Amino acid sequence: MESTTGNFKQNASKALADDKLKAALEKLSEGFPAKRREAAARLPEFEALRDQARDIKTHVLANLDFYLEQFEARVIEAGGTVHWCRTAAEARSTILRISRNAGAKTVTKSKSMISEEIAINDHLEHHGIQPVETDLGEYIIQLRHEPPSHIIAPAIHLSKEQVAETFRKNHTHLAPERSLKEPRALLEEARDELRQKFLSADVGLTGANMLIAETGSIVLVTNEGNADLTYSLPNTHIVIASLEKIVPTLEDATTLLRVLARSATGQDISVYTTFCTGPKRPDDLDGPEDFHVVLLDNGRSKMLGGEFHDMLRCIRCGACLNHCPVYKAIGGHAYGWVYSGPMGAVLIPNLIGMDEAKHLPNASTLCGKCENVCPVRIPLPRMLRSWRKQQFETDKRSTIGRKTLRAWAFMAARPWLYRLGVAPVITVLAALGRKRGRFRRLPLVGGWTQNRDLPAPQGGTFVARWNRGERP
Amino acid sequence: MSDARSEILGAVREALSKTAGKSPNLQGASHVEANSRLVDHPVNLIPARGRLGKKARVDLFIREAERVNATVARVSSTEGVPREVARFLAKNNLPMTLKIAPETSEDTIPWTEQPLLKVEEGRADGTEHASVTRAFAGVAETGTLVVLSGPGNPTTLNFLPSSHVCVVQASDITGDYEEVWARLRAEKSDGDTGDFLPRTVNWITGPSRTADIEQTLLLGAHGPQRLHIVIVDD
Repeated sequence: MESTTGNFKQNASKALADDKLKAALEKLSEGFPAKRREAAARLPEFEALRDQARDIKTHVLANLDFYLEQFEARVIEAGGTVHWCRTAAEARSTILRISRNAGAKTVTKSKSMISEEIAINDHLEHHGIQPVETDLGEYIIQLRHEPPSHIIAPAIHLSKEQVAETFRKNHTHLAPERSLKEPRALLEEARDELRQKFLSADVGLTGANMLIAETGSIVLVTNEGNADLTYSLPNTHIVIASLEKIVPTLEDATTLLRVLARSATGQDISVYTTFCTGPKRPDDLDGPEDFHVVLLDNGRSKMLGGEFHDMLRCIRCGACLNHCPVYKAIGGHAYGWVYSGPMGAVLIPNLIGMDEAKHLPNASTLCGKCENVCPVRIPLPRMLRSWRKQQFETDKRSTIGRKTLRAWAFMAARPWLYRLGVAPVITVLAALGRKRGRFRRLPLVGGWTQNRDLPAPQGGTFVARWNRGERP
Repeated sequence: MSDARSEILGAVREALSKTAGKSPNLQGASHVEANSRLVDHPVNLIPARGRLGKKARVDLFIREAERVNATVARVSSTEGVPREVARFLAKNNLPMTLKIAPETSEDTIPWTEQPLLKVEEGRADGTEHASVTRAFAGVAETGTLVVLSGPGNPTTLNFLPSSHVCVVQASDITGDYEEVWARLRAEKSDGDTGDFLPRTVNWITGPSRTADIEQTLLLGAHGPQRLHIVIVDD
């Protein structure tokens, strides 16, 4: 996918001024976190399961080569094919080749972030094959030619009126006077439109929530059942997944499933969890004749063993987005690429480079909520700080920013100097601000005071007050 | 593509070997532990929620399934299934036609005792309103059905019709998912290859749903709008 990550600041400003988006994000931030809390409260073992989920993924990453080979061997034994792809371009041409060999005119798709990452839809379309997104949210944004704004709720930024407008514009064969006021009517219309696509598709393309090394199975998790219609009806099933999706056994997959939906939507488990192993068996009445797994690296092996190694534990639940004050203020599109929120801010620079993504690691308050809710306990704030440090070291910050930080570091390492410098400023600010109690504007920090007031200091510096014996 | 394969595996090995020893998390290339994990497939922490006697376990299964909008009925024997299914169809104003999985054919369920029911065997093609399949197991901890694909149980029947009836034996309702994996390994392992999984294992927890439009919960997104579970006591 083409990125607009470089324009993060403009994207964010635009998002902040968008009232419709604000309303949608408010709804999201009320919904998901409360449901996650309830689900966690219903399961006394939840925290212990998170520890185990983390340990399973850590163990997998330490043995990734072994598990990848085991997975491949089991897929082949089950009658499937594994295609290893280093880059997005390799994955695109592999999927196109398989689709052409299957004589495909239409490819139905169930939601997959990796397929967004490699921009497979544009590629297929360009070569005369029609890709059809079947997850309701993905279908809506495909009609609007937009990227997803949330990794598990791709159309979360839209109102039902906007969806109705999109359907009227695209479903021109339907009666223009039909009512599309209620979400139910919108769903029924999409269901009918997609029914025919499901039944006539030649290839079904799905992602995978997990790949199981023990059995060569791929795991699909949905609430709509669209993935199940995507793989069970066409003759060919293609799975696209990145390397780190591997888990050792069915039992390990089960542990991860116990934390996945609870962290994502607050369900105990999603409606449909599916384990597919190879193509259909000789006497089966339905299912695909051909089964392909496209295993994609696209930057993962570079992250392995490095500073961002732990990010490869991510199971894409979206909890860090749902709890992030920055995501809740600007939504997903501002991040400018496939991923968003804290996981996006860590992952995107790894995948598309720091030059393009330089703003993202700074788009965080480092409040730590993301790490607190992450089902596999990824230290997201630590990694955001790592990026900031690298930026500082490689000169990606402005000269003023660098000089200011240098000066601050110099002072901070010398407490006597720090106190000497700060005390008079505090005294002056306290005197000037005594009447109002706050400052509307201050020289040098106009950017900060543009959106908020600075409270006037009261009672001297912290150290002075501490020395006077004041205690909180 | 063998180039890509060796290059990716090479890059993975190199990254891991560099860090082996440096970090307690990365143990290097011996894979002894990993190999025994695959062979022994140890169970991890299992929530206590499902560890109940049979009666309480079935009750929990029903509560959890109803919590996620499934409907549940109990019949005292297989002979009671046709009448219960006819009642379900009538109650929802549905036509008295059914597409059933071969595994639930007349040999096992006496459909002809309900003369109004029109029953046809096979896979789904998108024209049917209601289907009947058989679950291999039920899982009490979340009210989940485990349905296996096979010649007797086509996958499409679970997803295409807007009403799905699933029959499960009370004695097949387990406390947790792990027990189902254990049963599959014990009962379905191929003597030659050791394979025990069918093409598809479907965990089904309630009817299809979406909240993609303004977070409004709607049932029946692409899969069935109604899931009716018939528990056969045994």
